[in-house]
Amino acid sequence: MSVALTADSVPRLAPGVRLKDDKARGQTVLLAPERVLVPDATAVEVLQRLDGRQSVAQLSKTLAAEYDAPVETIQADVVDMLADLAEKGFVEA
Amino acid sequence: MSASNPPPGPPLGLLAELTHRCPLMCPYCSNPLELSGARAELATDEWLRVIDDAAAMGVLQIHLSGGEPVVRRDLEQLVARCRANEIYTNLITAGVLLDEARLAALAEAGLEHVQLSIQDSRAATADRIGGYAGGHAKKLAVARLVRAAGLPLTVNAVVHRQNLDHLAEIIALAVELGARRLEVAHTQYYGWAYANRAALMPTPEQVTRANEVVAEARGRLKGVLTIDYVVPDYYAKRPKACMGGWGRQFLNVTPTGKVLPCHAAESITDMTFETVRERGLPEIWADGPAFRRFRGTDWMPEPCRSCDRREIDFGGCRCQAFALTGDAAATDPACGLSPHHDRMVALAEGESAAGADRFRYRTLRRKDLAGQT
Repeated sequence: MSVALTADSVPRLAPGVRLKDDKARGQTVLLAPERVLVPDATAVEVLQRLDGRQSVAQLSKTLAAEYDAPVETIQADVVDMLADLAEKGFVEA
Repeated sequence: MSASNPPPGPPLGLLAELTHRCPLMCPYCSNPLELSGARAELATDEWLRVIDDAAAMGVLQIHLSGGEPVVRRDLEQLVARCRANEIYTNLITAGVLLDEARLAALAEAGLEHVQLSIQDSRAATADRIGGYAGGHAKKLAVARLVRAAGLPLTVNAVVHRQNLDHLAEIIALAVELGARRLEVAHTQYYGWAYANRAALMPTPEQVTRANEVVAEARGRLKGVLTIDYVVPDYYAKRPKACMGGWGRQFLNVTPTGKVLPCHAAESITDMTFETVRERGLPEIWADGPAFRRFRGTDWMPEPCRSCDRREIDFGGCRCQAFALTGDAAATDPACGLSPHHDRMVALAEGESAAGADRFRYRTLRRKDLAGQT
């Protein structure tokens, strides 16, 4: 079984994974079992919106409106990023 | 190329060894040969202060370990304090003392993840390695209780000559138990494992095969099981980046409150360690002599000092350098550039081929057993 993450997927953080405001270092981190990831600002925007209800397409639409960017570009980036995180076990869909 | 001894940034993780008490007797236990008993352990309020200090320093993850941390009746209280401080809480356990009620209480306190050790995929071998009859069956039951409690599970398997041929089975078992992550950790030879090295050292052929098994499984199990694989450095060409660099990201607090740069650091017998009973955790981290000794690159001898990998592997492992050369500042013999490297490889190959299978089991001394509750 491999990860198939598409525009229709409804992603959420995997169990045991959470975002934290890391005040000591002035950054946002993704905490997971035995791992700490420092996502870039764009990734944080996406990860903060994962609520297990919205699909990738819906999320991308919101982000495209907010950043005044083409939704196709945003959606392609979001799919790539979340597929990578899903493969590493940080995200489930 | 200037060497450096920079002031440290905040530590990422803290390993809290709450106790040395454990019902298992694994011959590769990471605890020191000199174990401490229940009466010498830090009290609840001392651990609470350690947790608060760790949070203030910027520690993001606390690994509650032992020995077997579940023997501590205040474990839930410590978990809750970690969570109140927004620290990620990971329980590292042998599992055999856990039941449904205790797991529910831990989950309720805010525990976020359980790492459960197994000794093998097969009950007979596993129970012999752990020195605990019926242990393997209990662990399988506990793994299911962990999942039923809604807690994510990592399975940890320390591998060596006597179980490495079962690696494919171990991976399949982790999947069957519902683990999302598997740590396959080749034995690191300090302390108890060093004393048992002849019974544990894998053959080069076993290691090659294991590497293939892991590579195949990683491809097949993408998105199902993440496999973290710690390679055996006796057969490596370059040393591991031990602890991500000495005193750079991690610290360890022992059951009696000693603060160590790594859990094996007490195997370096010419070092002294401060305790949280004498001085605060932030002060020990910032300028404690044990932390300063191998922090940065100032301490390095050649060929490490001018090596372009000196801030990639940070000079490898100090405990291993001490164990094999008697000098903790020597180049890690796992590195092909060490004058001791060929001797180390010959030693590993010789011991693995000799096939001595008897263990010296890990035990508390008799007088400390009397102190157990």
